[in-house]
Amino acid sequence: MTVTSVDKDLDNLTLTLVADFEAPVAEVWQLWADPRKLERWWGPPTYPATVEEHDLTPGGDVTYFMTGPEGDRHRGWWRVDAVEPPTSLEFTDGFADADGKPVADMPVTTMRMRLTEHDGGTRMEMRSTFDTREQMEQLDKMGMTEGLKQAVGQMDALLPG
Amino acid sequence: MVVDDIDDEATSQVFHALADTTRRDILRRAVSGDLSVSRLAEHYPMSFAAVQKHVAVLERAGLVSKQRNGREHLVKTNPRAVRAIRDTIDRLENAWFGRIERMARLLDEDTKGQPT
Repeated sequence: MTVTSVDKDLDNLTLTLVADFEAPVAEVWQLWADPRKLERWWGPPTYPATVEEHDLTPGGDVTYFMTGPEGDRHRGWWRVDAVEPPTSLEFTDGFADADGKPVADMPVTTMRMRLTEHDGGTRMEMRSTFDTREQMEQLDKMGMTEGLKQAVGQMDALLPG
Repeated sequence: MVVDDIDDEATSQVFHALADTTRRDILRRAVSGDLSVSRLAEHYPMSFAAVQKHVAVLERAGLVSKQRNGREHLVKTNPRAVRAIRDTIDRLENAWFGRIERMARLLDEDTKGQPT
């Protein structure tokens, strides 16, 4: 496995990550499509995930909870926006409360995942867009771009390490 | 979503605070920390009270703090809060690095488990 590139776009609050695997596309797709496989990589090692619902069709839901070291549970959900097996998946990813209901105030991430054949293996491109799409568009329209870049640029000089 | 150490409510507040041109501009001007609210207000086509409200939103999000200096309130940027925005994206990156490593291991297991 190699992570080929990482593009952090502070202006648009996106993270684009490209990774190459030696396995064929169909196998990498299974890591997303098979809930028993998905739960083995989705949660951090100290917060293993358990996938409950897993409906990879447009409008479908994936629900899961992660179990923390103290037995604490953290629920999350995906809402599938678009899917084309075995090469692409788009979904919104957010938090849920103890009853599994989405928490409205929490930020959500929009994910776009693409798999393509590459050098006899598979290239996976992931774009995460931070926070809600509406808020992103709003931020972008308002020219967040320069503002944030300048502010952060000036601040770096003020900070140790 | 990554649960470990993102304070999501705080993050939401920061993004909300930054979703406004005037507030981003105030943040930029306040970096040096020697602007009073009334001096800031000279820059915007709005009332002093409106500028004060914007400063209050930034303050609640932890992006700026006000320091009393005689009769004036000086607005000072909190660089750590701005850096936190970038840290949030960094954490997302780290989460994905970890996931991709685990994906690769899982793919390896599959290959080894199959008769060739």
